[in-house]
Order: sequence, then structure tokens, then C-alpha cells
Amino acid sequence: MKNHSITIGLGNTVHRKRVLMKLTVTALLFLIIAFSGFLIGDEQIEANMSEKNLSPSVEHLFGTDWLGRDMFYRTFLGLHLSLQVGLLAATISTLIALIFSLLSSINKFFDAIVTGLIDLFLSIPHLVALILIAFVLGGGVKGVVVGIALTHWPSLTRVLRAELMQIKSAEYVQISKKLGKSRMWIIRRHFLPQLIPQLFVGFILLFPHAILHESAVTFLGFGLSPEQPAIGIILSESMKYLTTGMWWLVLFPGLSLISMVAMFDVLGNNLRKLLNPN
Amino acid sequence: MNIGKFILLRTLKFAILLFAVVLFSFILVSFSPVDPIQSYLGAEMMVVSEEQKEQLAEYFGVDESKTQQFLNWLNMFLHGDLGTSLLYRQEVLSIIQERFLASFMLMAISWIISGIFGYALGVIAGMNEGSWMDRAIKSYCFILASTPAFWIGILLLIVFSMWLGLFPIGLGTPIGMLSDEVTWLDQIKHMVLPALTLSIIGVSNITLHTRQKVMDVFNTEFIRFARAKGEEGFRLFARHGLRNTLFPAISVHFASFGELFGGAILAEQVFSYPGLGQAIVQAGMNSDVPLLLGIVVFSTLFVFIGNLLADLLYYLIDVRMKNGEAI
Repeated sequence: MKNHSITIGLGNTVHRKRVLMKLTVTALLFLIIAFSGFLIGDEQIEANMSEKNLSPSVEHLFGTDWLGRDMFYRTFLGLHLSLQVGLLAATISTLIALIFSLLSSINKFFDAIVTGLIDLFLSIPHLVALILIAFVLGGGVKGVVVGIALTHWPSLTRVLRAELMQIKSAEYVQISKKLGKSRMWIIRRHFLPQLIPQLFVGFILLFPHAILHESAVTFLGFGLSPEQPAIGIILSESMKYLTTGMWWLVLFPGLSLISMVAMFDVLGNNLRKLLNPN
Repeated sequence: MNIGKFILLRTLKFAILLFAVVLFSFILVSFSPVDPIQSYLGAEMMVVSEEQKEQLAEYFGVDESKTQQFLNWLNMFLHGDLGTSLLYRQEVLSIIQERFLASFMLMAISWIISGIFGYALGVIAGMNEGSWMDRAIKSYCFILASTPAFWIGILLLIVFSMWLGLFPIGLGTPIGMLSDEVTWLDQIKHMVLPALTLSIIGVSNITLHTRQKVMDVFNTEFIRFARAKGEEGFRLFARHGLRNTLFPAISVHFASFGELFGGAILAEQVFSYPGLGQAIVQAGMNSDVPLLLGIVVFSTLFVFIGNLLADLLYYLIDVRMKNGEAI
């Protein structure tokens, strides 16, 4: 099923090979970050007063901070945390988008409600809504995950809703209806298989936004707690030590975050190209 | 449909939307574990007697039902009263006015700069599709789209304030100066880096959009004809491409007010710039619910105005096109 939908409309094998190469490389990098987080123990990021404020070297690739903690391992743990938060938030957001788009396909009334909700959530700047939600939930992982999940579904819902409108008017759906198939049967047999590619791409493309917003909210102080080495925490802490001239506390964690976000962007966009070549 | 009716309809729709936003935020906030009396009194919680606390509770309407509280708040809201900030002990509306002026200057400057640069970059990339310049501009935009605004801000701080010593490290005005002693030059000096941060971030979207538009236009018959006549380069673009791409670009740029506001929150936090963004962070940190709600509502209005201007521009182009007028 998965293979079938992904290979639709691929005439150009050179192009396909290139895209598949990119996909493999990004998937590998993703796995490295995902697993390295479990391998890095507390001893690697322990405070070590004899090695504090060191600039980057072979021993400490990203340098060490004012407590002598190795920034390379802290950054990796930060990426790992971002990945976890992003995964959870993007999954919930995708589910919300799926449920809402299916709801809107029932009739005009539900459709009006769903479009109204989309308008509502698009009318508040994301970051403002995130601050509000994180404030209400008292910060922490819960606040960030719920906030991102609640703010990021509208764009994907729009895509899915438009897709469903097309599928709904297709003849085979009409025939199934006339044959007396139940709504659930039609959703399961006709709607979901067609939506899976879009859902998958939408899910991956949600990641970059989720990760960027997580780091922003954490940076502002509404997100993950200061004990966790999230990238937002690392960067907001580094602000206090700016005058000491430790630029490596800022440069490398930021660059790592950008690489990871860009990686997901490339992955999602390539997948989308594979699925709709036009 | 004439333009007055168009605006009226949009405003009506917005009124409903605003009501939904207000209701939604109020429901959210009413779930929060914050005790209004405690956050109002702060450290004086210990000193104040039970009796006084009860009086306060009655004054605030804490014991009334949630619906009644919402109706009270809505009533005040409709009369233009957003309540009093617990943190600043000042009318929320006057804080927003004052803070927005600072934020508006910052956002307006960056909006214009990023608009001009973004459009120019988009035109250059679109006209040279596939060249190294196009590829460089495109990669620049994609990387920028993955970059957190606050990180750029911190980098600028390190380079320009720490290493080069050109700009102050933060705050909208020099420390220890009375507000009327602050000169224009000081204010501008404090605004350069946050504005630069927002401008760098804001370029990506409009560039990619313009690039696509220019590419579309340059694949049309009339451009081929103009080329056949011997027109080329900037002259070709100015005569045949400008009209088709400028207004959509401005429209897209208007529609990005939400991101602009979000970026301003981060930039203001990095540079301790005393604008609306810093106020909402302070309000959230200190459980100042009236101020928080006030800024949420205000930011919605801000985004609405941006979208309205964007739609209006599209509407104007459309009508004129139908009537066959030149833009």
C-alpha cells in the first residue's frame, strides 16, 4: 500500500534516484539523533570545574560552558528533546487535522464549524497563542506539546479538506453510497487510503514548525524547564554569559538546530515532490 | 460588490471572529490554576487580613459563576475597558498604546526593509532562473526559514555589540536617563539591531513568492515577444514584469503580520526592547491575566488589519483588471 502510493507518477528514474538518496541520508541522520539521545548519559554533561569556559577543541567539539559541561553532548541532548516534543506535537496535530477534515466532509454544517475553527486559530499569531496556552497549562513539556498541537493543525486541515472534497465527488464514492455502504466503510476504504500520502507529507512538514516553535517558547521561558538541556534553554542561558565572549555557546547549538529543522524541510518537500510531481 | 460593502462584510466577519477569540481565551484562562487575589497581592499576601481578601474577592467577582465573569469582562471590553494590569498597576489599554508605539516603529521599519529586499531578491532569482544567483538566493531563503529569529538576534548582538561595540547591548533607551533626555539618535541606535533581526527573518517568504511569480511571468508569450523585439534585462522587467508582480508581493507581505508580530516578541526579548512583545512575555511570566488577554485581543486585531489590507489589494487589482484599467 505504502509503496504503491509513493511510486505514483514517477516517470523520471534519475530524479527518483536523487530524491531517494536524499531521503535515505536524512532518515539516517534522523536515526542518529534519535538514538544518540539514549546513549548520552548524565556523566557526559556533568559539571566539571577543571574544564570550564573552554573554547572548541578536538576534545570538546562545541567547547564547554561556565560549569565545564560539554556543549557537544548538551546540544545533542537538546536536539533529542526537540525531536521528542516535535514528534508528539506533530502526531497530535496531524490527528486533529485528520479528524477535522473528516468531520467537514460529513455535511455543510460541520464544514462551516471546521472552517470557522480554522479561521479562529489562524487569526491569532502562533507565538501569542503558544504563550497563552503554555501560561494556562503552567509551562513545561505539557504546555509546549498542547500549544503546538493546537496551533499547527489548520494548514494541514485545509489541504486534507480540499482533497476530501475532490474524492467525495468521485463516481466510485457515489456508487458505494448508493450501494448502501456505511459512512465508516467509505472513510476506511475510500478516504483514508487516498489521504495517507498527504497525511504523511503533512506530518513531516509539521516537524520543522513544531521544533522551531518549541525552541522559541522555551527561549521565552514558557517551555521546557531550565534543568533540561533544550536548545531554547541553552541559548537563553548563553545570553547571560554574552559579555564573557563565549560565542561558541550560541553558534553551535543554533547551527545544529537549523540543520535539523532544514533536514526535515528537505525531507518533507522531497516527499511531496515524489507524491505530486507537478 | 463595491468596496464599502467589501470592507463592511469583512469587518462583520471579524467582529464574530474577535468574539470567538475572546471567548476562547477566556475559557482557556479560566482553567488556569492562577489565583487572581494572590497574583494581585503578590508578596503582600501575608500582610493582608482575611476580611480584606474577601472584600477583594467580592470586588473582582471571583466567586461569581464563570459565565457571569465572562459577561462582566465582555461588558467592560465593549466599553473599551480592558481592565488594569496587575504588574504595571496601569490601565491595560494605555500600556498597549504606549508599548505598541515602540513595537510599531520596530515592525514598520523591518516590514518595509524586508519587503524591498525580499522583492528585489525575488526578482533577481526569478529573472535568472537556474543560475548560481538563483540557487544561492533560494538556498538562503530555505535556510532562513529554518532559523529561529532569536538566534539571529543573539548572533547580531555578539558581532555588533560585543565585538565591534557599535550598538548598545539592550534596552530601548540608555540606562539611568530620564525619558525626556533621550534623543532620537539614542532611540534609533537601540532600534537598529532588533529591526535588522526582523528584516533578515522577514525576507524569506516574500522572496520565494516573488521568484515564483517572476518565473511565471517570464514564461509568457508577451515576454517572448518583447525579447524578440530586443528588450532585455532590467528594462524588460520594468516594462512588463513589474506590474504583474509588485502588487501580489505587497499583498503577500501584508498577510505576514502574524509572523511579524511573533518575530517582534522574540527580537524584543533578546534586545530587551520595551515593546508589546516584551509586555506579553512579562504578563505571562507574572500571571498578569488582564494584560495577557488584552495583548492577545490586540494581536488578533493587528493580524486582521494585515489580512484586510492584503485582501483589499487583491480586490482592487481584480476590479481594475475586470474594467480593463491600467494599474
